[in-house]
Amino acid sequence: MQNNFDDIIDKLDNNQLWDFPGGVFPAERKTLSNQTPIGNSPIPERLYVTTKQHIGVEGHLVVEVGQKVLKGQALTKSMNPFAVPIHAPTSGEIVAIQKHVSAHPSGLPEMTVEIRSDQQDKWIQLNPLVDYQNQPKMQVLAAICDAGISGMGGAGFPTHIKSSPKKDVDFLIINGIECEPYITSDDRLMREHAWQIRQGIDVLCHLLKPKHVLIGIENNKPEAIEAMQVACRENPNYRVCSIPTKYPAGGEKQLIQVLTNREVPAKGLPVDVGVIMHNVGTCFAIADAIFSGKPLIERVVTVTGEAVEKPGNVWAMIGSPVAHLLAHREYKKTAQSQPNVIMGGPMMGFSVISDLVPVVKTTNCILAPTDNEIAGNNEQACIRCSACADVCPASLLPQQLFWHAKAKELDKTQDYNLFDCIECGACAYVCPSEIPLVHYYRIAKSDIRIEQEEKQKSDKARDRFEKREIRLIAEQHARDEKHRLAAEARKLAMASNGNNSKDKIAAALARAKAKKQATNSLDDKQIEPVEIDAANKAEQTVKTEKSDTTTKAASSNQRVQAAIARAKAKKVAAEAGKEKEISQLELKDKVEVVTVEENKPEEKQLDTDDKVDTPPPVKTQVSTQTTISNETPAVAAPQNIEPTKADVKQAKIAAAVAKAKAKRQAQKIIDNKDRSNQPSPVNVDNTKTDSQVELAKTEEQQIEMKKRRIATAVAKAKAKKAAEKKMSKEDKPS
Amino acid sequence: MSLGFAILTALLAIGLLALIFGLVLGFAAVKFKVESDPLVEQIDQILPQTQCGQCGFPGCKPYAQSIADGDEINKCPPGGDATIKKLADLMGVEAKSLDSAHGVEEIKKVAYIREDECIGCTKCIQACPVDAILGAAKQMHTVITDECTGCDLCVDPCPVDCIDMLPLANSASSWRWDINAIPIKQIS
Amino acid sequence: MKFRLASSPHQHIRRDTGQVMRLVILALVPGVLMQTWFFGWGTIIQIVLAVITAVATEAAILELRKRDFERALKDYSAILAAILLAVSIPPFAPWWVIVIGTFFAIGIVKQLYGGLGFNVFNPAMAAYVMLLVSFPVQMTQWLPPMNLAQYSHDFMDALYVVFTGFSVEGFSLAQLKTDIDGVTMATGLDTVKTGLAQGFTFSEMIDFPIFDSVISGLGVASSWITLSYLLGGLYLLKQKIINWHIPVSMIMGLFVCSMIMSLVDSDLYPSSLFHLFNGSIIIGAFFIATDPVSASTTNKGRLIFGAAIGVWVYLIREWGGYPDAVAFAVLIMNMAVPLIDYYTRPRTYGHSSNKGKPINKAQS
Repeated sequence: MQNNFDDIIDKLDNNQLWDFPGGVFPAERKTLSNQTPIGNSPIPERLYVTTKQHIGVEGHLVVEVGQKVLKGQALTKSMNPFAVPIHAPTSGEIVAIQKHVSAHPSGLPEMTVEIRSDQQDKWIQLNPLVDYQNQPKMQVLAAICDAGISGMGGAGFPTHIKSSPKKDVDFLIINGIECEPYITSDDRLMREHAWQIRQGIDVLCHLLKPKHVLIGIENNKPEAIEAMQVACRENPNYRVCSIPTKYPAGGEKQLIQVLTNREVPAKGLPVDVGVIMHNVGTCFAIADAIFSGKPLIERVVTVTGEAVEKPGNVWAMIGSPVAHLLAHREYKKTAQSQPNVIMGGPMMGFSVISDLVPVVKTTNCILAPTDNEIAGNNEQACIRCSACADVCPASLLPQQLFWHAKAKELDKTQDYNLFDCIECGACAYVCPSEIPLVHYYRIAKSDIRIEQEEKQKSDKARDRFEKREIRLIAEQHARDEKHRLAAEARKLAMASNGNNSKDKIAAALARAKAKKQATNSLDDKQIEPVEIDAANKAEQTVKTEKSDTTTKAASSNQRVQAAIARAKAKKVAAEAGKEKEISQLELKDKVEVVTVEENKPEEKQLDTDDKVDTPPPVKTQVSTQTTISNETPAVAAPQNIEPTKADVKQAKIAAAVAKAKAKRQAQKIIDNKDRSNQPSPVNVDNTKTDSQVELAKTEEQQIEMKKRRIATAVAKAKAKKAAEKKMSKEDKPS
Repeated sequence: MSLGFAILTALLAIGLLALIFGLVLGFAAVKFKVESDPLVEQIDQILPQTQCGQCGFPGCKPYAQSIADGDEINKCPPGGDATIKKLADLMGVEAKSLDSAHGVEEIKKVAYIREDECIGCTKCIQACPVDAILGAAKQMHTVITDECTGCDLCVDPCPVDCIDMLPLANSASSWRWDINAIPIKQIS
Repeated sequence: MKFRLASSPHQHIRRDTGQVMRLVILALVPGVLMQTWFFGWGTIIQIVLAVITAVATEAAILELRKRDFERALKDYSAILAAILLAVSIPPFAPWWVIVIGTFFAIGIVKQLYGGLGFNVFNPAMAAYVMLLVSFPVQMTQWLPPMNLAQYSHDFMDALYVVFTGFSVEGFSLAQLKTDIDGVTMATGLDTVKTGLAQGFTFSEMIDFPIFDSVISGLGVASSWITLSYLLGGLYLLKQKIINWHIPVSMIMGLFVCSMIMSLVDSDLYPSSLFHLFNGSIIIGAFFIATDPVSASTTNKGRLIFGAAIGVWVYLIREWGGYPDAVAFAVLIMNMAVPLIDYYTRPRTYGHSSNKGKPINKAQS
């Protein structure tokens, strides 16, 4: 199975290659764009540099809005091995760092640094690493990483990670296949910069120490093959291989199969079979980074399609919006019935959702086809002709995958190795029923991925839930144990009747208990006013604070809020009078919660008190104190601002508290009305809740709590339903 | 006499066969025993583990137990139709639509605390079944979004109503390739 | 204006189902012409009747199913099935035979199963078998080839016979069947079957006039017709409409079986060439068994599918109750397709077997 190195070399010496199954021969249409040299495009007015342009994680932003940057200046820095920095493609000013439409099929906005160019194009100081051969490997890898280089062929895998494999490398394969129709960026790059590509290969050889280097170029690019042969003439270890033209010969796995007959294992990497593959564009960028210190800020992009007047290749700055490049190449909107721009080739590229989509490091082509260049959407029933299976380079059964994907039988799709699909599009290309097969696979793949994530998440949730249960039970035990010990101690103290300290404890406990009893039996008449007091007090404090502040906007805001709070508090008071039972119930609720959760009964009382009266004033004090301590750096203004902030927050909290209470009361009233008006299920459930509350006093608080929670959840759901019903019956003011 | 003998032989033969088959089956049962999760575990694996209690049980596991004991399978709003379908497959019963008495299936949400307004009462922390809320008494609390199951249980206990249930943001990695549903905003 | 959004690939080979079907129909033309030459205008009349019935049935049922029938009719699949059925039945069979048959093929076998792509059985062959078992007399009334017939017949005769049962001059079908020697004639396969039953050896029967040909034992008419269909089939292969697997394996299956048996006893078992050039094996191999909907879809599966059909054809021809057996064999193997497909999944790239296990990651 595994072909050994010498056999492969023998076969290559005889100019023989292997083949991969399937494949299609779409019209190439490369001559549209490969006849002219790579041109330059003017510097765009604005550049949109997406922070994450590769597989992995995004870097850490090191610039801010308003900052002036120079060409080549890093905008993010790599904090993680899988992060690759991005750089300013030209000099200018950062005008925004915000989400911007992304170069992704979904077009979902992603974090983007927006630069307004100053048209100076002024470089930052560059640090080439010309004597890389004398540098430690880590140094070279760091230079590659810092230059922001990630794979430029398709997926955008960070190059520095690919260049530091843990295994021996037999073959370094340089991918110059470019099998997609229309695209000629690698073709032109090889023709014009073969020498620099070779320099990049030299650097990679230094890092990877491969036994042999294979440069694969499709035989429809004779000029590129010749150029590369000339550039690599000196080194016998570099071999330029002309590969028969067949789509998708440029797929990583397919090219490895053609050149070495080795198969990358499913879920494995090429390095598992001793192969590392890099794109020619990446080699060029590496040479740029090492020999001139330039980061990856521009790349060759093919702008083509029949809707473009002057198709050809351009050096495009990363971050240039598609519209800029198209305008430069004279895109005729009238040639299309509906704007249609494809980023990437016609087989695997995606349609952009707006022409503000920026060029990223993996963008090799911008295709603006006329209507009759592309396929329409005319899906018909599958006739099981299995033309798709005949062209699948991975020997999958696309038709079976399609049935199962369409029926959402995700397990079955995985049985048929859905994840070995490389989404090359050959199957959909030949399908006589024009079924968008790849699209079905993508949906199935993302569904499976999301399902797996959800499964993972729910497993984690279960784990956390169970651990919490265990912890709560343990706490309960500990508490019981403590109570038991305390009781024993008290008994002992009573018995001995001599020890002072024990006496005190016992007395304190007794006091606490008494207080608890008192609280439990407290009438709402007492508590409700207290709550209202709290609201009023908060309001008052707000008022007093307000007089100190100078910002009028803030104060008016506060006034409004305070007014609302007051109104609500009044309402609460009014309701409170009517709804004794309920508030009592609520109170009990609160007390129960506190009893369950607080470890020390002594503190409990204090805590409740705290909650009822003090928090607003206390916090105000704290804030004023902090203001005083903060005084040193600022003069007068901050003094004013600081308390304002605190006030606003204070007021907000107070208002929120009042609002919440009012709301709760209102809800209770509604509930109550429901109760009296219609003997609905709510009634039953509420009584149930009552009984639950009573029960909660017993020993097994833990379980009761839980039950109550459920009961309330159910009651809530039912109440919601009932309320909805009610709402529909009569238009009720809130 | 010969008839009796024939009957006896038949009985013996059948008995012997029964014995042999019994042994074979018994051996097979021991030898090829398939270790399978108990039913409750399997059901629990399917449930979404929000621990929200909307089914009327204190968590997913008790509901799983109850389903195993013959309860209805359509009481789990967070799981929605997908979960009901899987449960139906597992239990070999007909998939029903969600029992609306327990709620309706909604898009996935997570809790979010408006931190300005949080007074640090810890009530939500106590309510959270999966310990996804971080904070201490009188300190601002916050939700660990990754751990939040969107169960809604923290919303009610909050005395200041500062907890919102917000839908999860759609990102490129969670995108489901619904090309026709891309919200297109034309920027002039 | 909104940007056009589509999922890749954006390019398409531009060969849709309709085109494929049209090409297949085109490939049938030489065979049909040759059949008309030897068996008279009846063939053409049957084809016209079949196509009209097929289109009408398809349109009616799609209308009932509330589908867009205009588009479905453009895929030509119903027309192709109708033509295949029409060339399979005797050219002078009464008109209602082909109408019933076509209705059955399109209405029952195809549309009741869900329409194009969902039918388990080959519609033309299922209908043929249905007709054969329901109307055995009408379905076996093959006229002798023109070169051997006692009474010649023209277009009007054919039309009359098909619709009234008598030719313009008032000959009945039975009379028309009489050949030069005054013997009622049948197809080559029929002749051999009955001949063997009557005690003739195969080598004796080769001298019968029906087998008079350049190569003895093949018969002029069936040889030419077979060669014409072969020509069409090769065209389909060249156009990559069909794969070589099914035709080759089917022909090989029949060839090998018949060769072995005729080596055993050439008096009782006709030669391989006889088998290939008589009956419908060639049209079956290139046009019927390759019907994409009901055939196997993997390459290995296609080989098995084709070879098994070949073997079935031989078994039924030699030992079954019917002289020819392509229809039966195809239907039998249609049933086995899901099983074949399941067990002949190709090895996916990067996996060690078709059972889905990844190949060993270890390096050499």
